[in-house]
Amino acid sequence: MSDGGTFLIIIALLPFLGALVPGIMIRAGRTACATFTAVPTGLALIMLLILAPSVMRGEVVQAELSWLPQLGLSVSFFLDGLGLLFAGMVLGVGLLITLYARFYLSGDDPMGQFYTYLLLFQGAMLGIVISDNILLLLIFWELTSLSSFLLIGYWKHLPEGRQGARMALTVTGAGGLALIAGLLILGNIAGSYNLTDILQAGDAIRASEWYLPALILILIGAFTKSAQFPFHFWLPHAMAAPTPVSAYLHSATMVKAGVFLMARLWPVLSGTDAWFYIVASIGLITMVLGALIALFKDDLKALLAFSTVSHLGLLTMLLGFGTQAAAVAAVFHIINHLTFKAALFMTAGIVDHEAHTRDIKRLGGLRHLMPVTFVIGTVGALSMAGIPLFNGFLSKEMMLEEASHTDWLSNRYLVPALATLGSLMSAAYSYRFVSHVFLGPVREDYPHTPHDPPFGMWVAPALLAVLVVAIGVAPFLAEGLVTVAANAVTGADLHPHLKIWHGVTPALWMSVIALVGGAVLLAAHAPLDRLWIAAPRPEAKTIFDRLIAAVVTATRALTEATHNGANSRYLAIFTVTAVLFGWVAFSGSGLAAPTRELLPVPMVIAVGWILMIVATGSLVIMHHRRFRALVLIGIIGLSISAGFVYLSAPDLALTQISVETVTIMLLLLALHFLPQATPRESSTGRKLRDGVIALAAGGGVGGLAYAFLMRDVDTISGFHLDNSYEGGGGTNVVNVILVDFRGYDTYGEIIVLGVAGLVIFALMHALLDGPAARRLRNADYAKDLSRDRHPMMMVVVTRVLMPIALVVGLYIFLRGHNQPGGGFVAGLVVAIALLMQYMASGFAWTQERKKIEYHTLIGLGVVIAGLTGAGAWLAGQPFLTSAFTYVHLPPIEEFELATAMLFDLGVFLTVLGAVMLMLYSLSRIARFAGTSVNVEPMDYDPGDPAYDDGVER
Amino acid sequence: MEILIASTVGVLTAGGVYLILRLRSFPVILGIALLSYAVNVFLFASGRLAIDQSPILAKYGEASYTDPLPQALVLTAIVISFGMTAVLVMIGLAAYLEAGHDRIDIVEGEDDAGDAQS
Repeated sequence: MSDGGTFLIIIALLPFLGALVPGIMIRAGRTACATFTAVPTGLALIMLLILAPSVMRGEVVQAELSWLPQLGLSVSFFLDGLGLLFAGMVLGVGLLITLYARFYLSGDDPMGQFYTYLLLFQGAMLGIVISDNILLLLIFWELTSLSSFLLIGYWKHLPEGRQGARMALTVTGAGGLALIAGLLILGNIAGSYNLTDILQAGDAIRASEWYLPALILILIGAFTKSAQFPFHFWLPHAMAAPTPVSAYLHSATMVKAGVFLMARLWPVLSGTDAWFYIVASIGLITMVLGALIALFKDDLKALLAFSTVSHLGLLTMLLGFGTQAAAVAAVFHIINHLTFKAALFMTAGIVDHEAHTRDIKRLGGLRHLMPVTFVIGTVGALSMAGIPLFNGFLSKEMMLEEASHTDWLSNRYLVPALATLGSLMSAAYSYRFVSHVFLGPVREDYPHTPHDPPFGMWVAPALLAVLVVAIGVAPFLAEGLVTVAANAVTGADLHPHLKIWHGVTPALWMSVIALVGGAVLLAAHAPLDRLWIAAPRPEAKTIFDRLIAAVVTATRALTEATHNGANSRYLAIFTVTAVLFGWVAFSGSGLAAPTRELLPVPMVIAVGWILMIVATGSLVIMHHRRFRALVLIGIIGLSISAGFVYLSAPDLALTQISVETVTIMLLLLALHFLPQATPRESSTGRKLRDGVIALAAGGGVGGLAYAFLMRDVDTISGFHLDNSYEGGGGTNVVNVILVDFRGYDTYGEIIVLGVAGLVIFALMHALLDGPAARRLRNADYAKDLSRDRHPMMMVVVTRVLMPIALVVGLYIFLRGHNQPGGGFVAGLVVAIALLMQYMASGFAWTQERKKIEYHTLIGLGVVIAGLTGAGAWLAGQPFLTSAFTYVHLPPIEEFELATAMLFDLGVFLTVLGAVMLMLYSLSRIARFAGTSVNVEPMDYDPGDPAYDDGVER
Repeated sequence: MEILIASTVGVLTAGGVYLILRLRSFPVILGIALLSYAVNVFLFASGRLAIDQSPILAKYGEASYTDPLPQALVLTAIVISFGMTAVLVMIGLAAYLEAGHDRIDIVEGEDDAGDAQS
């Protein structure tokens, strides 16, 4: 990877790493926080500027890290002219916004959060514009939706903020879904998810029959993001965000993402009729409609929001024209719109901040009170209107030029006329911005007497205003950037010349009409405004809210119809569905002839089988007596263990027996607090129905098992058998698979088991704080207790058994690698030994003698297993590679030392800890239920002389 | 032998399914335990049956072995199904103590919070 590539990856990472900083730095004060937010942005911008010269020469900087090559997903970035333009905007404006927000946000706003969200958003946006892989682009695309949700809803206490954020997320998120589908189709046609490859495959894509669906889906994504008609309504509502957010998201970044996407895919998608009629028409409608609504908005930010909608429509229309000259105009207008619109948003924010209102009807005459703001605002507004010598004029002129020779369904006048109308209204609302806010007499009734803000607040928009004038007067300044960006969009080698004076062209006349007509319209604004307010018009928010309400009602109806709370019904439906699917799959293809012969059945096994079948049948019939059901379950489990012994699975038999024991113990303890009998409440019909379902399921599964048992299969187990001793150092292949070949699975599984133990503990903790605690205290569980809860016989026997059980556990653990046994079984055996102590001698007595917490045991187990696995890294091996050696100490036989044993120790500790933690949780319930706590091992002490005469003290 | 194993799986499944369709939490837990047995035996059987061919490598001479991989998978499955059963038991217990009954279906007109007066 080249140096440039490394830089590119660092640029992409910096905002995300930087996002961690503001939350910490806010403790050092607001200025420090803002400064440290500016650092990653500034660094990224500097790196971008270092890369800029080579990009300006027409080179493309690339970087690639393989991620999931099987899915065609790689972390690959590339920086060409278009990427440079957008990345520069994202970072440059980001820096200005950071400065502006420092002064804009009030003392009550959590500034650390704000900057964190801002950097997250910046990183996501940056990712979109430099992604080479479209799947990666999609991830960043969704990230912008999410992070903008956080930014728009930043003022959580304002309902408008929350609603606006939700609306933005719904619309852009839905568009994102469409975009995913569209880009996947696109990648499928091109045979690659890399943009660089896709951009080469334009002809194949346009010729494909999937072109139209892909185009429409991608455009839905782009249109929702860029607020194009009919999805334009979310953008004005997103204005509930703090102004720095509006200035950033809605001038330079978020809403330009859709435009960026259309520009990026321009060489591939444009040039067809479908492209022209969809994109250009929607752009044109949006431009005119946005300008019209903006004219009648009294809220400064709403005016700017609809103006943004209108200008985005203009950009979309230019891209939709599909000509190279229009693409150049679009790129140029992207730069110009950024400069004047960001400056205007910040101006609106300053007015709002100083006058405490941004309602145009309550403003006016601010020219005298806020001269600096007035100059900045005026420069921005005149550029927006398209007055010569400001940069907005130049690109608007180019737009009109392109519009003047565009036919729409062979109508020569439609597009030019509408484009002129849009410009005219655009000029009108720009004039209104200046005259109704700044001009006119100074008023007495501002909510707060305004004056110019501190330097830090106006310097950012002022810089942008300087750019507006500089480009407007000397357009050649922007020529280099426009050229490389336009070349990247069109894939051609263009040499546009940006000039102020093009001679007397139709575009000039259209411009003149727009500027003069705008002034006339402003003069007639008051009567028109009354007309507008009186006229009925659809309110997008109401429609949106009704739509969402309808969707919610429909889904709720569906949920309530299908999920009526009857768990048994779901299970029945699920089982029947599974059986049906199994039936369909099974009957689809014929079975090959059996290849195996039946094994003989010895008498003992047949008896065991009958025992098991009878036990299962009895369990089903007699499950109402719960205690008896547990005994039957025990019989079934033991029969299965015996089956494992017979069928060459000693490890399974050991595990099954010990698990069986622990399960029954836990169930017994739990049953103590549950009703002892299940009431007979199922009707005969219901029993019949359930019986049929059960028989169908059992028959299906049994048949399936029989079908595959009679046929041979290729397995990969040969590898395990061959390498178990050589590679894993153990002769018990099952154990070697567990701790070595598939050690990672085992590692995951002990974590799950540990989590299960902790879940139970947490559950009990929560339970005993709730109403259940009262119920437990009042319940009378004591009546069925034996008077002698801890019989001497049992205490003595378990005490003697303890060391034996521990040695057995140790033995099973140690031999595990070569003979049946291992960490799982050993853990269970030791747990049973401890459980017996608890049962015989009582909880408190045992607890007192316990030296280590069970949580610690779980944690220790997982950590030991993890560290053992990680130890392999030190030897340069992958995670969990085991090492082993054979040691010979003279008096003892040769024995093996393996790291796998350490791993197994981790397994052992986790299993032990989890099982004991579960028991501990149950015993806590018992203590809540009022069971007295014994500190002595037995309730009666036979050695106490007081008992000699049989009289209790 | 194959018939015995297949029928074992079938019977356990049938019993398990019947029990999970009951209306109280305890039989449902028992049903899930039966289904766990069935699934474990089923998985184990996918390695095909063999007698006297334990996957413990013989030190001397050639020997044939059964398929060790399903055994390893089932071993962890047994332990995990124990953990799952334990969590279910606790949830069932907690639900009973909170709600005062152990029905698994929400009855019409009663909300999830349970009836405090019973």
